[in-house]
Amino acid sequence: MSAGNVKLIAYQTIVTKEVLRFARIWVQTILPPAITTTLYFIIFGKLIGERIGMMEGYSYIEFIVPGLILMSVIQNSYANVVSSFFSTKLQHYIEELLIAPVPNWIVLAGYVTGGMARGLIVGTVVTGISLFFTDLTINSYSLTLLVFVLTSILFSLAGFINAVYAKSFDDIAIVPTFVLTPLTYLGGVFYSIQLLPEFWQQVSLANPVLYMVNTFRYGLLGVSDIDVRIALVIIFGFIAVLTWYSLRLLSRGVGIKE
Amino acid sequence: MSALVIENLHKTYRNGFEALKGINLNVAEGDFFALLGPNGAGKSTAISIIASLTNKTAGQVSIYGKDLDRQKNQAKSMIGLVPQEFNFNMWEPVVEILVNQAGYYGIPRKAAFQRAEESLRQLDLWDKRHTQARWLSGGMKRRLMIARALVHRPKLLILDEPTAGVDIEIRRAMWQFMKQINSQGTTIILTTHYLEEAESLCRNIAIIDHGRIVEQTSMSHLLSQLNTEHFVLDISKPLTTAPELPGYNLQLVGDKTVEVTVQREQSMNSLFESLTQQGIAVMSMRNKQNRLEQLFIDLVAQSKSEEQTS
Repeated sequence: MSAGNVKLIAYQTIVTKEVLRFARIWVQTILPPAITTTLYFIIFGKLIGERIGMMEGYSYIEFIVPGLILMSVIQNSYANVVSSFFSTKLQHYIEELLIAPVPNWIVLAGYVTGGMARGLIVGTVVTGISLFFTDLTINSYSLTLLVFVLTSILFSLAGFINAVYAKSFDDIAIVPTFVLTPLTYLGGVFYSIQLLPEFWQQVSLANPVLYMVNTFRYGLLGVSDIDVRIALVIIFGFIAVLTWYSLRLLSRGVGIKE
Repeated sequence: MSALVIENLHKTYRNGFEALKGINLNVAEGDFFALLGPNGAGKSTAISIIASLTNKTAGQVSIYGKDLDRQKNQAKSMIGLVPQEFNFNMWEPVVEILVNQAGYYGIPRKAAFQRAEESLRQLDLWDKRHTQARWLSGGMKRRLMIARALVHRPKLLILDEPTAGVDIEIRRAMWQFMKQINSQGTTIILTTHYLEEAESLCRNIAIIDHGRIVEQTSMSHLLSQLNTEHFVLDISKPLTTAPELPGYNLQLVGDKTVEVTVQREQSMNSLFESLTQQGIAVMSMRNKQNRLEQLFIDLVAQSKSEEQTS
């Protein structure tokens, strides 16, 4: 068997294992985001949204749908990798991979693909739920799909790095609670940054989630607070840096080898 | 060809502890090799480095001629490890643990299931294939780790205390199994605290202490260095004092039990003759201590005294 085939099978094995893992516990992984987002649609979209009126030419529920879809992708891609990889460390079955002839980049690709799979499945479920509340218009299929995928890659990588450094369950809860959630909520999911004072608009530009939410919104609605080309460059840049950093951590054995 | 060659292997942990101080080791292809040492001697560190679970500080390791640094994947594909601690996903069904492990070695899923079945049947775990690993007994978990280590058919199998905590019946069955796979060509390196296990299974031995190899030789050669042996004799009639036999040191440890120390050059026949002349019949006899255990204790004590002197 060629070395390429060996790597491909190893990659498929990690991905299959990861997908089966979250599929088995779908009540914990797929159902909660579906319920939470439904509540968002009902409360913010329907009950409060109807009193808010139009935003950037769209009803409030139409405006927040892209952000809510992407928020579910972000949270679930991140959560999948951080919890799964941390468990492999905690129960020491990371050693199954370390002893085997699996290159670091295959390990990373396998876990990131697992995170993407959960992020994209949950994102698709949330998109389906949104159709019960509003008609979804798609300005650019390719851009929408591209941002959907890139966002899940980026946050899977971030989850992986968190898991590498984590030494306890607290460590895997701190980042989502104190970093990821605030960044997402302040990343233009529920409002246009045009509503903010000039100073806070500038501060918001330092938030990477803003670029993803706005590019995704542009893909769906055709409106964005920022230049989509710059946003794509920033997203690709983050992915490149996080990939490089993750591979460096793996090659040095940080958190997984003595 | 050597199955394993270790040259000048050093490991210093971040806290400054020097676990390995330049060990050299050569294990021949097809050997059943014992790596023994007291707790904290460096055995598990050496094994972790060979299995790529720990980064070495310096030195070289090669598996069947493949350098672990330069031909990493080829070297890794020839090793199977049964570690001391359970290191599988407790929530996964037994068969999936094996199928996944096979997949990491590039074995396609269908073939991986066949290999898993083969390994699980060999280790008498096939009936438990759909059971989550956490529900297995301690002995079954140990056998699961052996089955997993064999699923990619490694040429070198490293067993780090594989029979720790299992009952004597399962231990004997595992010995039989290890002998069988060794006779089929798999090189085995065994660490154990049961020295009778090492004595009965292994042909060659290395003793490691304080991060250094203090002895590396064949088991028969090592045992031949034993100058005295201690036996326990169960005798026919009760005694009040130990019999006095010229050249032998006997001690009464029970009214019908005597301990005797026999020098290597002394014959057992003359001991029995002398006892018979005094009207004492020996009903049964056993070693007071495992022979390897005595040598092990002597070598480790010697190493400790050398360490303190230096």
